[in-house]
Amino acid sequence: MSFVLLASIMVIAALGLLFARKPVHAALSLAIVMIGLAMMYAMLEAPFLFAVQIVVYTGAILMLFLFVIMLVGVDTSDTLKETIAGQKVLAGLLGVGLGTILIAGVGQASIATMRGLSEANAGGNVQRLADLLFSRYVIAFEATSALLITAAIGAMVLAHRERIDPKQTQTDLAQKRVTDYAKSGKHLGPLPPPGTFARHNSNDTPALLPDGSQSTKSVPAILAGGRADEGEDE
Amino acid sequence: MNGLEQFGQDPWWIIAIKVLLVFVVCVVLTLFNIWWERKVVARMQHRIGPNRHGPFGLLQSLADGVKLALKEDLTPEKADKIVFITAPILATVPAFVTFAVIPFGPEVNLFGVQTPLQLTDMPVAVLFVMAIASIGIYGIVLGGWASGSTYSLLGGLRSSAQMISYEVSMGLALVTVFLMAGSLSTSQIVEAQTDWWFGALLLPSFVIYCVSMVGETNRAPFDLPEAEGELVGGFHTEYSSLKFALFFLAEYINMATVSALATTLFLGGWRAPLGLGTVWPGANEGYWPVLWFFLKMFFFIWIFIWLRGTLPRLRYDQFMSLGWKVLLPASLAWIVVVAVIKMTAIQGGFSPNWFLFGFGLAVTVVVVLGFLNRLPEKEAQVTKPTGGYPTPALPQGGAVRGAAQPLVFGPPAVPTGTNGVRILPSREEAK
Repeated sequence: MSFVLLASIMVIAALGLLFARKPVHAALSLAIVMIGLAMMYAMLEAPFLFAVQIVVYTGAILMLFLFVIMLVGVDTSDTLKETIAGQKVLAGLLGVGLGTILIAGVGQASIATMRGLSEANAGGNVQRLADLLFSRYVIAFEATSALLITAAIGAMVLAHRERIDPKQTQTDLAQKRVTDYAKSGKHLGPLPPPGTFARHNSNDTPALLPDGSQSTKSVPAILAGGRADEGEDE
Repeated sequence: MNGLEQFGQDPWWIIAIKVLLVFVVCVVLTLFNIWWERKVVARMQHRIGPNRHGPFGLLQSLADGVKLALKEDLTPEKADKIVFITAPILATVPAFVTFAVIPFGPEVNLFGVQTPLQLTDMPVAVLFVMAIASIGIYGIVLGGWASGSTYSLLGGLRSSAQMISYEVSMGLALVTVFLMAGSLSTSQIVEAQTDWWFGALLLPSFVIYCVSMVGETNRAPFDLPEAEGELVGGFHTEYSSLKFALFFLAEYINMATVSALATTLFLGGWRAPLGLGTVWPGANEGYWPVLWFFLKMFFFIWIFIWLRGTLPRLRYDQFMSLGWKVLLPASLAWIVVVAVIKMTAIQGGFSPNWFLFGFGLAVTVVVVLGFLNRLPEKEAQVTKPTGGYPTPALPQGGAVRGAAQPLVFGPPAVPTGTNGVRILPSREEAK
């Protein structure tokens, strides 16, 4: 019963992943599928896998996806553009092929009652998993972690930028501001915020100076440049 | 076998009662914590705090909650409607769910049924809490994104980056607890603390957990996602009415959750404090443990409030480097130390407790002394009372010293109340 419920939710979410117009909605559907998968593990008496599935896949990897989608701002128009010629046809063909193989494979399997689960879980699921991981599969386990660390360090090396000039501390910046003030009389503090003493507190309303004149510095350049009606970029 | 047989045996109505109790406890705790926080912070700032609604102003948060619910519910034009509505729910539901595995007490007689005072337990209960907490982060990220506002997006990203970073050091601080308890289930971790609290045995882990739990819940001094001067309201800038109330609720429940988890994992859970159980055996039976549990939990919540009333907000890069460059390597090193001491103890056939306690204490003392030693190194800033730009002139006779004047409200003609505070008569009374 719970399997049917969970499976139908997962299938709907998986379809949502395929047909959602916005990339964020697709990522969210994927999250639902992953959480559903975790619940399946819980139902199959694999509690450790349940927790790890959520922590690793939903909590870390999919969150990373979301970050990228949100920050890069992938648009619907981008995702529907065909970049490789004949991509859609090829993807369709391969998809049908994969589906056929899956249906054939799963259809051939005979579904009987589960065997060997109580032996595998004897003494506790977590304890048995730990036993296996740190005895029989210890090399594979360590190799995987070494691989992951290598990948992480590789990413850091690629993203690393050598600093040419020394880093400016808060003290340096403050001293620079005071020196600038002594030299050119440039105001020490932050720019006047928009809307100060003005009739509106909207971002494009310039602040009024004590003598009643308007301060051009208080309006962001992007708004002052005639884009005031557009607001943020789409 | 697992020691978890006592769970999952309840009749359905007991489960229903427990679910209801967990829900009620979460909501009432939130109302109480908001009131308590306002009251304590007010006292710290020489104010009285809420004192109008109910005894001691206890019903103030209830009144605020009703007011919040009745406010206009705005949805920004640029918002992604579905996600905008889902986000607060996604933040709140996991907050409630995590309380399911917190043990409030031992096995008790609940309406004639012997049952543990805990909704459920599982072999991976603590991991379950971490997993559900990571789903709660979705609520914040999506809320920030769906609002269609730059402030919200930045606040949401900051908040989630912060929560994910501090979850790492938090998880690593918990590893030593798992090592010592030999289990990930909350009831068994409490069971393992019969003789020694893990807070004493694993002092460095406890300290790391305490720091990262403040980061994890976005509370001061780590409340960068809500840095008003930079981000307005952070991820909930565009939220109003009940949706905002849900985010608020989630934040306070999360505070209670990490406090409850700290109690369970480090301060012996519902066990009577300070060896009270040896003097009075009944202290660990029946419903008394609920009292100990809540006392310990409120201790942590009080620390949250104290921190908020005391410390200024950190700068974002300093905050991140504290998490990744200090807490993370420190907990890794400490895990290795604990593993080595425990393994040596097992092979040598002695108890590792005193070694761990001594070592942990020594490390913590050295670190704390290091901090204390570093502070006076910086020369005290001498301000010349000349009154030249940019320093304004000091008052005559130097800086103001000593405490502020005692709290006095209203004209002196009003007689002082029993608590030494004069309160102006309300308008009706004055007539």
